[in-house]
Amino acid sequence: MERPTPTLDYRRKNKKRGGTSLWQDAFRRFIKNKYAILGLVILTFMILFAFIGPYFSPHQDVPDVTKANQPPSKEHWLGTDNLGRDVLLRLMLAGRISLTVGIAATLILLLIGVSLGAISGYYGGWVDVIIMRIADIIYAMPGLPILIVMGAIMSDLKIPPAHRIYYVMFILGIISWVGVARLVRSQILSLKEQEFMLATEVLGLRDSKKIIKHLFPNVLPTVIVAGTLGVASSIISESALSFLGLGVVPPTPSWGYMLSAANNMIDFAKRPWLWIPPGVAIMLTVLAINFVGDALRDAFDPRQKI
Amino acid sequence: MARNIVEFRNLKTYFYTEEGVVKAVNDVSFSIREGETVCVVGESGCGKSVTALSLMRLIQSPPGKIVGGEIIFDGRDILKLSDAEMRRIRGNEIGMIFQEPMTSLNPVLTIGDQLMEPLMLHKHMTKKEAWNKAIELIKQVGIPRAEQIMTSYPHELSGGMRQRIMIAMAISCDPKLLIADEPTTALDVTIQAQILDLLRRLKEEKKMALMLITHDLGIVAEMADYVVVMYAGKVIEEAPVRELFKNPKHPYTRGLLKAKPVIGRRQERLYTIPGQVPNPIDLGDFCYFSDRCEYTMDVCRKKMPPFVADENGHKVACWLYEGEWKK
Ligand SMILES: Nc1ncnc2c1ncn2[C@@H]1O[C@H](COP(=O)(O)OP(=O)(O)OP(=O)(O)O)[C@@H](O)[C@H]1O
Ligand code: SF4
Ligand SMILES: [Mg+2]
Repeated sequence: MERPTPTLDYRRKNKKRGGTSLWQDAFRRFIKNKYAILGLVILTFMILFAFIGPYFSPHQDVPDVTKANQPPSKEHWLGTDNLGRDVLLRLMLAGRISLTVGIAATLILLLIGVSLGAISGYYGGWVDVIIMRIADIIYAMPGLPILIVMGAIMSDLKIPPAHRIYYVMFILGIISWVGVARLVRSQILSLKEQEFMLATEVLGLRDSKKIIKHLFPNVLPTVIVAGTLGVASSIISESALSFLGLGVVPPTPSWGYMLSAANNMIDFAKRPWLWIPPGVAIMLTVLAINFVGDALRDAFDPRQKI
Repeated sequence: MARNIVEFRNLKTYFYTEEGVVKAVNDVSFSIREGETVCVVGESGCGKSVTALSLMRLIQSPPGKIVGGEIIFDGRDILKLSDAEMRRIRGNEIGMIFQEPMTSLNPVLTIGDQLMEPLMLHKHMTKKEAWNKAIELIKQVGIPRAEQIMTSYPHELSGGMRQRIMIAMAISCDPKLLIADEPTTALDVTIQAQILDLLRRLKEEKKMALMLITHDLGIVAEMADYVVVMYAGKVIEEAPVRELFKNPKHPYTRGLLKAKPVIGRRQERLYTIPGQVPNPIDLGDFCYFSDRCEYTMDVCRKKMPPFVADENGHKVACWLYEGEWKK
């Protein structure tokens, strides 16, 4: 007789009928992960801090040189910068930019990277050749010079500072999808050869169903990891751009910009309130996203213990 | 006499590889009747799987291509259907299971999810109906605690259970034909017997035809109504199972039967047919078995023997039986 599988019992106790989908199981696994919850709490805090916080600030984001370079005090919790602006308020406003850029650029890069990678790997043939050659070209072009050129073009075209952020997100997304596309493509290539994909053919499923329901969940962990790294690197790339004066332009702040604005010895040595807060903000955000990303990756792998 | 559910007529499926054209299925004709179990046997690489995949129209292209012939399934020529029509046949009118139950299920989807899929697709069931039907199917293939299995993932099941699930999935839409490509090769002997029992029982219950691919003559003896023997892309002998075992004609078939160990009879060594299957690339006009055959005559190397039936309907492609054709 076939041996019964006793492993089933302990996991199934609290399963409700109808709870058969990957997403429901993933959700259950996700919320049981302490780091995931911690990450989510930090992220939520950061988002509230950046988007709601400024409304509670008694200050205005306008220069007042009479108050320049004050250390933290009751009135200015994180001190003021060299133009006398409240650092806490600027930190919140900067968070809006950095978070938006980081997340939006990542969404763009995932959208392009995952769909092109999936199409390339799944259909193969000339579609694959074309997509991968484009990827090669983009990959071969050094990222920073492109960003510099794009930044210069934007300045030339007199794109209003408020709009530049959208272009920055878009450019960051466009130049960084290649890595994800390649990862997804190679995974799909190997998954396609697996017998369960042949089994989906045998059941008469449509291509869209095969890709979305059967292939996608298998590449999801890769996508999540790529996304996690993407947010962090986009926030940092944006800093580099701002540092070069090519990203968002002053007076609009971003965390990267604040960090790089404190780039002289005096600020560094004597006025830590200028660079510690944005540094901590970037670090916390990236860390939180990593926690959430790791937990998501595990949550979508049914072989992980609940 | 029962109607033909499938009829292969001069099917030719070739693979265009760098070494040359592999004639994996080379002018194959045979048929399967409603409710009948036909076993396709032959050594590895003789084109059994390619024949089955051609019927499903799942030959990977390139390099593969069905270059000629017809496959009549239930009155329609499969090779002339549109892709959408073909999808409606797959999983619905023809079910198929494979050798490797360990990898045939998607590791990240629950068993229930995968079982319900063809039901919702082909039978347009609601989620709830599909759920109930899936539970019924799991019970039908002999797995206890069906509700629990529904929410399990493939890695939580044993190989035998997975193969049962594959079978449940393949028969879920009550197909007229089930193709089983070496369904028990990867399983150990006791489980193998259970799976074969299950297939036989389901076949009776659902009145479906079964195309069973195997290279195990023990399975053939146990399961088949009719046997098709393939060699290097060609059918070289076919007959009802009793007739074939009683009176094997082709030297290759006789070799296969001799190669099978017989319980109770002591043999020094297992008999194996000397030589190897020729690589079906650019083979000429001669009997492909002539290199390994102990009866080879001149004519065997010069001309392909035709495939001819005797008065009992026992068909064979071998020059040894030339004398019988005249009748
Ligand atoms: N994708 C492919 N590309 C090239 N040649 C192929 C391909 N698939 C099958 N073939 C060739 O077709 C021939 C028949 O293969 P097939 O898989 O039908 O054998 P089989 O009888 O099922 O063997 P087995 O018992 O090992 O499963 C083999 O010679 C093989 O090399
Ligand atoms: S045709 Fe000739 S070589 Fe071929 S099997 Fe018959 S006797 Fe042997
Ligand atoms: Mg095979």
